[in-house]
Formats: sequence, C-alpha cells, structure tokens
Amino acid sequence: MAQYLLSVMEPTGGTPDPELLRQVMRDVEELDQAMRDKGVWVFAGGLHAPTSATVLRAQDGRVVVTDGPFAEGKEHLGGFSIIDVDDLDAALDWGSRLATATGLPIEVRPFRS
Amino acid sequence: MTEADRQVAAVFRAEHGRAVAVLTRQLGDLGLAEEAVQEAFVVALRRWPTDGVPPSPAGWILTTARRRAIDHLRREAARADKHAQAALLHARDEPPEVGPVQDDRLRLVFTCCHPALAVPTQVALTLRLLGGLTTSEIAHAFLVPEPTMAQRIVRAKAKIRDARIPYRVPRDEDLPDRLTGVLAVVYLVFTAGHTAVAGDDLVREDLCAEAIRLGRLLVELMPDEPEALGLLALMLLVDSRRATRVGPDGLVLLADQDRSRWDADEVAEGRALVRRCLRRGRPGPYQVQAAIQAVHTDPGPTDWAQVVALYDQLLALVPSPVVALNRAVAVAEVSGPGAALALVDDLPLTGFHVFHAVRADLLRRVGRRHEAVVEYDAAIAATDNAAERAHLTRVRDTVRV
Repeated sequence: MAQYLLSVMEPTGGTPDPELLRQVMRDVEELDQAMRDKGVWVFAGGLHAPTSATVLRAQDGRVVVTDGPFAEGKEHLGGFSIIDVDDLDAALDWGSRLATATGLPIEVRPFRS
Repeated sequence: MTEADRQVAAVFRAEHGRAVAVLTRQLGDLGLAEEAVQEAFVVALRRWPTDGVPPSPAGWILTTARRRAIDHLRREAARADKHAQAALLHARDEPPEVGPVQDDRLRLVFTCCHPALAVPTQVALTLRLLGGLTTSEIAHAFLVPEPTMAQRIVRAKAKIRDARIPYRVPRDEDLPDRLTGVLAVVYLVFTAGHTAVAGDDLVREDLCAEAIRLGRLLVELMPDEPEALGLLALMLLVDSRRATRVGPDGLVLLADQDRSRWDADEVAEGRALVRRCLRRGRPGPYQVQAAIQAVHTDPGPTDWAQVVALYDQLLALVPSPVVALNRAVAVAEVSGPGAALALVDDLPLTGFHVFHAVRADLLRRVGRRHEAVVEYDAAIAATDNAAERAHLTRVRDTVRV
C-alpha cells in the first residue's frame, strides 16, 4: 500500500455561486464517506483562504513571521485528501472522482514511504 | 564491428524488451531490471567474441542479468535495505524463465505508455525499454540533445518507481482507452520517422522501421485487437511508398509516383491485414486509414468515390479538421476542386502547412492564381522540412509565371 496526497487546486479570488458550492460540498462529503467505507481514507480537510495564512522563516537564529501565503498565485491549495491505496492507478481513480465532485484540478502526489 | 559485436547488437535490439519485462516482474523494480540487462549486454560484448555466442543468446542474457540483479540486491540487503531484502526473497522464489513470455512485454508496453507520463516521455520509454534503442539513438531521432533525453528517461523511471505506476495490463473497462494511448505512441514514432518535422531528410527510415517492429509486436501481443492490426497495416502501406516519395526535386505526389518501385512485400502484407480487419467487422480509425491507403494500391485508376466514402466513415469516428481536410482532397477528385475548396475554406487550421498546401493546390486548380501564390507562401513558411519546402517552392514558381 502507498499513500497519496490529492490536492484540490482552487482559483484565487472570486466567490463561487452559493448553490453550486452547496452541491460541491455534498458531493465531496459523499466521496469522503466512500473513501472511509473502502478503507482508503487517511485524512482530509478543507482550508481557509490563503489570506488567512502566516509564514515563518528561520534566519540568523530567530524566526521571522510574515502575514499572508508563502507564494501568491493564480491557484492555491484549497483542500486535500490523503488516501492509502495499492498503486497510482487506484490513486488516479479516487483523484478522478474528486475532480468530478469539486470541478477543480486535482494534483495526485505520492508520499515518500 | 566484429561479427560477435554485430550479434550482440542484434540480440540487444531483439531481446532487450523481453529481458527487461521478465526481470521487472521477477524483481518488482523496473530500474533495477533495466540496469541488470544493460550489464548483461556489457558482459556479452566482452565474452562472446572470445567464448563464442551461446546457443540461446536470449536465455544467456536473461540468466546473466538475473544473477547480476540478485548480486546487487544481496549487497543492498547486507546494508540492511529492507526493500532489497524483500525483493531478494521474491527474486529467489522465481524460477528463471527463457521461453517467450508475452504477458510480461505487454505489461511493459502499458507501463511505458501510462497516461500519467507525458507523451514524449511515453515515446522515449517505449523505444528505450521495449525497443532496446540507446538513449543516444532516441535523442538523435527526435533531434533532442542527448543529456535532455537521458534526463527525461531517468525522471520517467523515477516517477514509475516513486508514484507506483503499476506494472500490469489494465482492467477490461480501462483497456480501450489505454490501448488507444499505446497505439498512438507507436504511430507517433512512425509519423516522426515518415515526415521528419525538421531537417533535410523527409524520412527517417530508422524510426519508421522501429515503429513497424513495435507494431508487429503489438499484433503479436494482442492478436484480437483489430486496431493493432489496422495500425500495422497503415504503417506498412504508407512505408511501402517510401522510396518514391522523394525525387531529385523534392517531394513527389502520390499520383506522380512510380508504382513499380513501391515495396511489393509491404503492399501485399498491408493489403492482407486490411482484409483481415474487414472480416473482424469492428472498424476503428487506424483500420479505416489503412483501408484508404489500400485503395491507393489497387491496380488501375484510383477509385476516389470509395476513398471519399472511407473518409466519411473516418470523419464519423474521428471528427477532426485534419480528417476533414484529407477528405476534401478526395472530394476534389470526385466533385472537382471548387467543391473541395468550399469544404476547406472554413477549417480552423491556419498555420498548419498541409492546410495551406492543399488550399493552394485547389486555388491553383480553379484558376485563382494570385490567391494560390499567397497560400503557397503560407505553406512554405509553415513547413520546416527541406524536401517539402523544395516541392512547394517549385509548384509556386510555376503558378507565378
């Protein structure tokens, strides 16, 4: 078995239609439950907006705190699921379902084992 | 090159894919399998010239490679590498295998052509692992610097290992999609050889031959897939005209080619394959394209109405502007250049040299000479191939006069 990070890549700025958002939340929840039922679910979560982030950098023996995300981009990490499956094909199957549920690009990336 | 060297090279080309495929299954590690096979060939280059070529060269390579891989794993395992210890146990259990093991190579095909790898990477891996071409040969064929190609292959093997791209034939429900990807890779190798995108040669024969060899392998591995048959037939029929495609003045059009110089064996084999496809009754894009090529090899004047009918079928299977463009070329022969021009005018293919060349030819034939010259210029500007440019320039100059 191997663990994969499924990252949901959200566009930065703009707010989606509330009705659409509710539908997406329902679909994602349903998928989350399916992952648990199949025993592949490890962890999952949705993140607050990048503007809520704080960055820490260790330099010259102290840690500098900065407001905002590490990098400004057209897309940002909106949420993620971690799954434990046999191989990339299985990870891509679950990732495809997440892409369908969210309507957003999903990056599938293996953890070091 | 000595006789033994030549034999090692021939065995390398013929057996590399099988040896890597069998060892990958036994060891569960494609990178290790490939390295071991590589080392076995190095040993062969040293030993065969003095000891003579063994009775079963393929079996010798596999046994030697397997021994090397196990030695390597033992060294790693001694350093308490858990992965190596596990692999070693697995490798010890497996009896050495010599005979043809079709499924292993089929697994390798689908691993090399996995959709999680970029298409140029799929092409490189297929040629490298399955075809046994050297990195330098592949780099040369695709006009890419050798270090770039080497890096592309190293990264791909690392991704296969780290992301766990599975080493297996896809499930039935995924097979049609995945097979389409595999056939596309082989056809890409062929077209890269057939119309070298840049450079002075119109054809890179080595790539065409390699693609046909891979096509034969796919037919051998998947005898029930009519599209694999169709692809092989298509490549053979197109390749049969290779000798006549380029003359002293550049590109020679199909109608002007000397049919007696077409490769009769390839024509016969291609036509026989097309007939086999027809009997299956499960048409697909490669089979229909092969059938179109087969019509062009019928004796006597070309039956253009049949070509148009086949393009209608192809357009239904693959509704793309490039297919529509090719169909228009056939329509011109049945209904005249004016009718074809009306079909071509609105195609969204600006910048594609074949589009401009076809449009130029049709404009010339309906007598719109000034517009034809403009289109020829657009076609010349859009092609990087010297032979095609020479042909287009020559025709343009006859229109201009």
